[in-house]
Amino acid sequence: MSIIEIDHVSMHFNMSKEKVGSLKEYMIKFLKRQLMFEDFTALDNITLTIESGDVFGIVGLNGSGKSTLLKIISGILKPTTGTVRVVGSIAPLIELGAGFDLDLTARENIFLNGSVLGFSRELMREKFEEIVDFSELREFIDVPMKNFSSGMIARIGFAIATITRPEILIVDEILAVGDFHFQKKCEERISQLMAGGTTVIIVSHTLAQIRRLCRHVMWLEKGKVRMIGTTKEVCDAYEQE
Amino acid sequence: MKPRLEVFLRYRYLLQDLIVKDIKVKYRRSVLGLLWSILNPLFMMLVITAVFERIFKIKVENFPIYYLTGSSIFNFFSEGTQLAMGSVFGASSLIKKVYIPKYIFPLEKVMFAFVNFMFSLVAVIIMFVVLRFPVPWTVVLFVIPAIYVLVFSIGVGLILSAMSVFFRDIVHLYSVLVVAWQYLTPIMYSYDSLPEAVQLFMCFNPMYYFVLYFRDVTMYGIVPGFDLNITCMAFALCSLLAGLLVFKKKQDKFILFI
Repeated sequence: MSIIEIDHVSMHFNMSKEKVGSLKEYMIKFLKRQLMFEDFTALDNITLTIESGDVFGIVGLNGSGKSTLLKIISGILKPTTGTVRVVGSIAPLIELGAGFDLDLTARENIFLNGSVLGFSRELMREKFEEIVDFSELREFIDVPMKNFSSGMIARIGFAIATITRPEILIVDEILAVGDFHFQKKCEERISQLMAGGTTVIIVSHTLAQIRRLCRHVMWLEKGKVRMIGTTKEVCDAYEQE
Repeated sequence: MKPRLEVFLRYRYLLQDLIVKDIKVKYRRSVLGLLWSILNPLFMMLVITAVFERIFKIKVENFPIYYLTGSSIFNFFSEGTQLAMGSVFGASSLIKKVYIPKYIFPLEKVMFAFVNFMFSLVAVIIMFVVLRFPVPWTVVLFVIPAIYVLVFSIGVGLILSAMSVFFRDIVHLYSVLVVAWQYLTPIMYSYDSLPEAVQLFMCFNPMYYFVLYFRDVTMYGIVPGFDLNITCMAFALCSLLAGLLVFKKKQDKFILFI
């Protein structure tokens, strides 16, 4: 059964050289007929189906459209054309700790971030201890987060985002932060979720990681699909380039 | 319609959390904290009463209360809409990273202003007591105009927040406009003191009706009739509808401009 269906999706951006930020500028430009935009195609006619329970990797160089595609899947961006159909809940680990207010304490932020992700208050109360334990930051729980290091922030963010068993987990290069002890812990948590039937989408520049975790891989190049197939096929071809 | 409602219910905790956060941030590092929500209107009332009643000799009975009731409801509107206006581009870091229904942000700001408004009503109660004002029983109906203004402000806030993403000029323009609007609404003077020509124009000013309604129930013991209710409701619902339409049409483009 397919859990994500991406049908002929394209994403265009208006890359106006200078941002027209005010009404005055807009009027002047409009009158001078300078309101020209340079069209930039971030994704070009992508069609893709991801089966439920799959672990799907996306590889490609910087600027090939990986993150844009993830943002479209998680609903942050609307594609210019084409449709996306997603069945089930998504935990996007695109940016850990989105919505942390660094002036607030870690405790307050855990609840705030929980509601940003759409979790209920009861669930957060129930899982609070588990989050603190996983992040191993109990002694800093009432410290304002502006005093935290980026690794510590990532720990809390990861702990919150994986607290429920989502149907789809989107992981964008986040395992690069944190020390290797925590990276290992994250990978274990992801493996647990996979064993429970969660569909995982991973973007990574570490091919070893992709090879270790994924079953299918897509190779994006300048917004186009270069290749979709099993991990070995695609990774081998990608490495050859 | 049903999935939309479900999404809204799912994010109601976020709405709550953001309101609480705003209150915390507003009073951070102030000794008197929440008390300022009450003190501020009281001080303003002293200043305005001194200027308008003593210097300009404006003849309105119970001027301090007359001013306080009018200004508290108008300030609710102006604070709510002005905060809502900046709410979407102010939340750019969130909108770029996670999926959240975007109307949450203007909605939250207007509701935050509503909470502030409720606190400022304590100032009105204090003046009732200090001036030994005979409070009519209709005062309990004060919630009705408050809700009209809430709905009206949400509509205006949605429009402003969507437009200000594309043109920041709106922010500066509106801050002037809202002051002009305040002076065009009978808050510091009475409706009767206006020239007849201006009185005719008043029927286009929704805030005039809301202020009228609020004073009728809190000061004059009048239960507003069918006409006034329908007028207020029409203004509020039209604003909300227009707000939703504009916002819905524009919201997918926000992320490209913030």
